[in-house]
Amino acid sequence: MENIYLSIVLAPLIAAIVAGLFGRQIGRAGAHTITILGVGVAFVLSVLVAKDVFIDGAEVFNQAIYTWAVVGDLTMEIGFLIDPLSALMMVVVTFVSLMVHVYTIGYMHDDPGYQRFFSYISLFTFAMLMLVMSNNFLQLFFGWEAVGLVSYLLIGFWYRKPTAIFANFKAFVVNRVGDFGFLLGIGAVLMYAGSLDYVTVFGQAEQMQAQSVNIWGEAQWSALTLTCILLFIGAMGKSAQVPLHVWLPDSMEGPTPISALIHAATMVTAGIFMVARMSPLFEFSTAALSFVLVIGATTAFFMGLLGLVQHDIKRVVAYSTLSQLGYMTVALGASAYAAGMFHLMTHAFFKALLFLAAGSVIIGMHHVQDMRKMGGLRKYMPITYWTSLVGTLALIGFPGFSGYFSKDALIEAVHAAELPGATYAYWCVLLGVFVTALYSFRLFFLVFHGKERFDAHTREHLHESPWVVTVPLILLAIPSVAIGWVTIGPLLFGGAFGTSIFVLPQSDTLAVVAEHFTSPAGFVAHGFMTPALYLALAGGVAAWYLYLKRPDIPAQLQDRFHRLHAVLENKYFFDAFNEQVLARGSRFFGGALWRGGDQGIIDGVLVNGSAKAVGWIAGISRRLQSGYLYHYAFTMVIGLSLVLGWLLIRA
Amino acid sequence: MVPVSYYLLLAAVLFALAVAGIFINRRNVILLLMCIELMLLAVNFNFIAFSRMLDDVTGQVFVFFILTVAAAEAAIGLAILVVLFRSRRSINVDDLDTLKG
Amino acid sequence: MIGHVLFFAFATVLIAAAVGVITSRNPVHSAIYLVLAFFTSAGLWLLLEAEFLAIVLVLVYVGAVMVLFLFVVMMLDINLAKLREGFTAYVPLGLGVALLIVIQVAHVVWFRGQDTALMDTPEPRPEGYSNTRELGSVLYTEHVYAFELAAVILLVAIVAAITLTMRKRPGLKVQDIARQVAVRREDRVRIVKMDAEKD
Repeated sequence: MENIYLSIVLAPLIAAIVAGLFGRQIGRAGAHTITILGVGVAFVLSVLVAKDVFIDGAEVFNQAIYTWAVVGDLTMEIGFLIDPLSALMMVVVTFVSLMVHVYTIGYMHDDPGYQRFFSYISLFTFAMLMLVMSNNFLQLFFGWEAVGLVSYLLIGFWYRKPTAIFANFKAFVVNRVGDFGFLLGIGAVLMYAGSLDYVTVFGQAEQMQAQSVNIWGEAQWSALTLTCILLFIGAMGKSAQVPLHVWLPDSMEGPTPISALIHAATMVTAGIFMVARMSPLFEFSTAALSFVLVIGATTAFFMGLLGLVQHDIKRVVAYSTLSQLGYMTVALGASAYAAGMFHLMTHAFFKALLFLAAGSVIIGMHHVQDMRKMGGLRKYMPITYWTSLVGTLALIGFPGFSGYFSKDALIEAVHAAELPGATYAYWCVLLGVFVTALYSFRLFFLVFHGKERFDAHTREHLHESPWVVTVPLILLAIPSVAIGWVTIGPLLFGGAFGTSIFVLPQSDTLAVVAEHFTSPAGFVAHGFMTPALYLALAGGVAAWYLYLKRPDIPAQLQDRFHRLHAVLENKYFFDAFNEQVLARGSRFFGGALWRGGDQGIIDGVLVNGSAKAVGWIAGISRRLQSGYLYHYAFTMVIGLSLVLGWLLIRA
Repeated sequence: MVPVSYYLLLAAVLFALAVAGIFINRRNVILLLMCIELMLLAVNFNFIAFSRMLDDVTGQVFVFFILTVAAAEAAIGLAILVVLFRSRRSINVDDLDTLKG
Repeated sequence: MIGHVLFFAFATVLIAAAVGVITSRNPVHSAIYLVLAFFTSAGLWLLLEAEFLAIVLVLVYVGAVMVLFLFVVMMLDINLAKLREGFTAYVPLGLGVALLIVIQVAHVVWFRGQDTALMDTPEPRPEGYSNTRELGSVLYTEHVYAFELAAVILLVAIVAAITLTMRKRPGLKVQDIARQVAVRREDRVRIVKMDAEKD
């Protein structure tokens, strides 16, 4: 098995290296062939592994395959932990990645950086697989940083575009904040558990809970809570939770395929995956879970609201991603890790679908992204239209679609949670359903229905995208519809995650949900008794009324509530705050250190100062060294007589 | 005959005058060399006086060697002076400040 | 008594000559004063019964070194006025240092030297004593290596003085025997073939 796991990881890496270094030699076709081949191999093998794990019930594989370094008692290894959790992630990552690879052939058709792009996305697949298959914190961190790096490279893929450079810089800096917390968290794990290996660390969770740490003042913190919160700060950066979410909408400056792959389906879910992986730690810390819950709930609701005022088609989907990531985080906070992972999986499919559909629209519109210049695309792009509809329905949680199962289970689990902040979280996610439906259908109606708001020139060239674009759409649409129906039973209630997710009995919120669960159909029927479904429908109807029936109303509302609108338009002033206070403050602080510390003290006093002191002393002593022979002679004679005098006086 | 201490004092005065001569004639290299000769003379006085006092002829051997070395020194010193004058047209010590960094 | 008279006479002349050396305007005068100082010193050394050294001083110093000095002084065209500039500037300092040295030595000799052999008058040498023989008997036995070294130093000084002052003047006609010997036929003779004149 070890060889299979190695192949899964290495196939995309080799493909990336070949496409990246020898892109010129192998040409465009060569680049996409080899990378698709590499990712395809990884996908097929991942499916095999998933079959082994889920259907044949193979043993958990936990083994180090390479010892990187040994420092005292600390062993740094590269190893794989293959259990249901990682197997699920592997399939999701490789599948979405494969779809995006194929789609990219169409989307990047005319781009001069074709081979580079394929190299990057293959490299990303490698990094993400390293992350999910890791069996220790160090490798997790490697994957974590590697996906961050590729994300940086891809957001700034069009490196001549100033906004893209700004966006990738922003993403990198914001992620550094999160990674700092993450690194501290790993440090805390090492300090309190003495190991970086998952299993060893998880075995010591209860001891860590008992240890207390004094951070400042008199407050005593549980070592476990501290560790968990630090780790979660890392997740906040990578999974774009408030207040570290600011980079994600801007990352839409990158090409659409990577928005789908990285900023919707896989990389941003790394934080969710990580928390689920750390469930044996988080379970013992109520405070950390509560923190996770509140952050997630805030993200879920308030970021969704922002989607209502955006005009850029990709940004709307980006805010929807933020909101959905918030949902997953809420599930984690409510100890419903399985529900979080379940939603992660379904979301990966339908959000990738939505992004790729948006990309398809953008191709059709010749890279126009403003929804105000679209409308009525339905008859020009039928496949895109229908697949988008599937994605939208899945996103809002229409009964029977995959999103319905995951979101409904999640909301129910939050409803059952009893942590501090659970009530707030419940209302957030519930109202979030309405908001989700509203902005999703707003996008859908503005793009595909209503008046055609583009010019005649665009209309002439408007046609359905090529098959390399539509095939991935269709292939993604299938799981978007069906995956929830098929997998809800085993994943959420059948214990398919086995030992990879650990939940304490007293906080097992999914068990409460399981009491109502009989079959997928029964779950759908049960949905009609919950408010979530009606809120979603209300959202859809409201969108229809506001954007199709009476398109004049949104403008009036905008006037009426212009203050609120201004707040939303400015994204709650997060960016303004970051730029004006944090960035400017750091620049000022840095400038002060530079001028005061570097130029003043180090350069001025220490470096130039010591040189000046030497020069000054030398300037004085050079008078002694006049070059005149008689001065030296005088000095000698006078010195001699003084020494003689001193000897006489002393004796 | 006079006590040895007389000779020592005389030598001291001679030496002091030579030192004063170096100070006064600081610019003239020839005079500086002459003053050095005077100093050596004063030193020789001491050697001979002590040799006489201690009745040990080694002191006079010393003087013999000093005279030798002083002669050599005077010869080379004057040779340098000649070369110097040839290249600078001057023996003014103030002109010789190339030792300055 | 006669010893005292001679000592003070010589000492007075010696000090006056030394003052003359350091204060003369003209270096030639200084050199002449220095010669005087050497002569009186030789006299004083005779009083100390160091006859050989006294004679050597006169012969070597007055005869050779001082002549060399005079020769150089007269040969070089020295701008005396410039050398005398600022003559008095260092007089106080020079006299101060000189006084300090005298006081220090006088202190040692007079106050520390009371009741020591310094105050004694040496006994005159017995009849038939030869300073030269005494000196020679140690110089060629005990100090023979130093003696040889002194000879080498003198040789080096001769060589050094000649090398320093020697200069090559252009345009001198000299014979280079080595080149003359090494010359070959081709360097000198050129054979030219030419047709015989026909009428």
